[in-house]
Amino acid sequence: MLILPAIIAISIVVIIPLIFSFYTSFTSYKLTRPDTLFNFIGLRNYERIFSNSEWWWTYLRTILFLTIALNVELLLGLGIALLINKITWGQRTLRTIMMFPMMFSPILVGFQWKYIFNDNIGLLNNFLYLFGYESAIAWLIDQKLAMGSILAAEIWANTAIFSILLLAGLMGIPKDPVEAARVDGCNSWQVFKHITLPFLMPFIFIALTIRSLDVGRAYDIVHIMTGGGPAMRTELTWTTIARVGYKDANMGMANAMSYLSIILSIAFTYYFFTKLKAARQELGQ
Amino acid sequence: MVRKIKKITYWLLTFLVMFITCLPGIWIFISAFRPNAEILSKPANWFPDNWTIHEFTQMFSIKGYVSVPAFDYLMNSVIISLTSTVIAITIGMMGGYAFARFNFKGKNTIFLGLMLARAVPGISLSLPLFILWAKLGLINTSFGVIIVYVAMNVPFTIWLTDGFFRQIPKEMSEVARTDGCTRLQAFWNVELPLAGPGIAAAGIFAFLLSWNEYALASVLTRTIASKTLPIGMMDYLSEFTINWAGMCAIAVVMIVPAVILTFIVQKHLVSGLTFGGVKG
Repeated sequence: MLILPAIIAISIVVIIPLIFSFYTSFTSYKLTRPDTLFNFIGLRNYERIFSNSEWWWTYLRTILFLTIALNVELLLGLGIALLINKITWGQRTLRTIMMFPMMFSPILVGFQWKYIFNDNIGLLNNFLYLFGYESAIAWLIDQKLAMGSILAAEIWANTAIFSILLLAGLMGIPKDPVEAARVDGCNSWQVFKHITLPFLMPFIFIALTIRSLDVGRAYDIVHIMTGGGPAMRTELTWTTIARVGYKDANMGMANAMSYLSIILSIAFTYYFFTKLKAARQELGQ
Repeated sequence: MVRKIKKITYWLLTFLVMFITCLPGIWIFISAFRPNAEILSKPANWFPDNWTIHEFTQMFSIKGYVSVPAFDYLMNSVIISLTSTVIAITIGMMGGYAFARFNFKGKNTIFLGLMLARAVPGISLSLPLFILWAKLGLINTSFGVIIVYVAMNVPFTIWLTDGFFRQIPKEMSEVARTDGCTRLQAFWNVELPLAGPGIAAAGIFAFLLSWNEYALASVLTRTIASKTLPIGMMDYLSEFTINWAGMCAIAVVMIVPAVILTFIVQKHLVSGLTFGGVKG
């Protein structure tokens, strides 16, 4: 009974729209021509997407983007957590500062890095200028650099959640096994590998699960930083959907694309969620 | 000696990490208080020569706004975020309590289903919502945005509060009930106060998500009647130019309430997240 309101709210906002969009993905629905809503074209939208190499590049790029981002965030987060765990004085203040990026709206993150990477007035180029690089580097316009710049923004924004959660995990590690291992002659690497890391596993997967719920928010960052450019080199599935759906007004097609990227998001979340369960069971909780 | 070098390396590394974490925010903050001409100057001057609150007075001027109606956006943001947070917490808390205390058929499936519903990217959801909300006349109303945010926040609230209610021994509620409380009274007087920190943490997360959301709001809102700050921010962006100082100023308006709120309950945020996951 108590979960009924939750289910109702989600049905209205998530499930019913998804059913509706599932239907429109089989029509040639265009926003500009409402009557096309009933123009059933079967699988043609999907056929066109599947034969569209541009789309598959975008899809691959999105997977690559998420893989790189999540891995770097995890490693950096782990590093920062281990570092701060060593420091006893002023740790609380450090922790508070560390949480800073978590409060930034993704759209704000995008804007702020657009500002830093700006070729004319950006902080980064101004900084390089000091060291004699007088030719301005066009971080967001250069085809090779743009994706890296977006990744930097994404990583800056989301490493915090990893470091915070892993730090919480580190602080909860019981002291006895660590000391026992030390007495038995383990070096720090062995202690880390056999005691710290297994204990941290559930925390790592909590962080990954929470992060995977929000991967779609990378849309905001890309949208404001490059808008998918230059020459669509930084387009991720979400920005493609927005372009096809709202700019080209081709809703049927965009909904079909949506479904393919929803599958991606759900796969990420589901994968980490099951991993989390497994890690939890291993610890016997 | 070796230990000393180690210690210094730790401090240097920590300083570097903190510097990188804070620098973008500080730069935005400084830029919000300097005139646009100074931002565009080359070579850059790192510290403003003359501080100005020009952009803020422009945004908040009472006699009709000059540039961007930031006050209306701020009000919309506050109303939408607060209302949706309160509703989402109420609904989510009920759900979290049910998941923590009762056994029912398909419990794990429903839980996973709720989480997956949350994983649907905003932009994918925005297409059908845009069409449906247009049909229902909910486009460009605060109400339309609030419903969406409630549903977005409920799953995560359930995950957090479920973890917190599990931490409270079942016996406490049982004792209260043998003393003559109803289940509701026991919940209200015993379990709710104990779960307070968790609910506060869940509230902050829900608030931040609504406060910062862009993809859905950009589609569902049109004018000052319902535009929130993240959408309003885009007013400073025209096709070829950006009013950097103005954008930085509205960024400050956006970030300050979020920072203050988070600092108030930051102690409980982490325990909230980990309880939900580890003991779930």
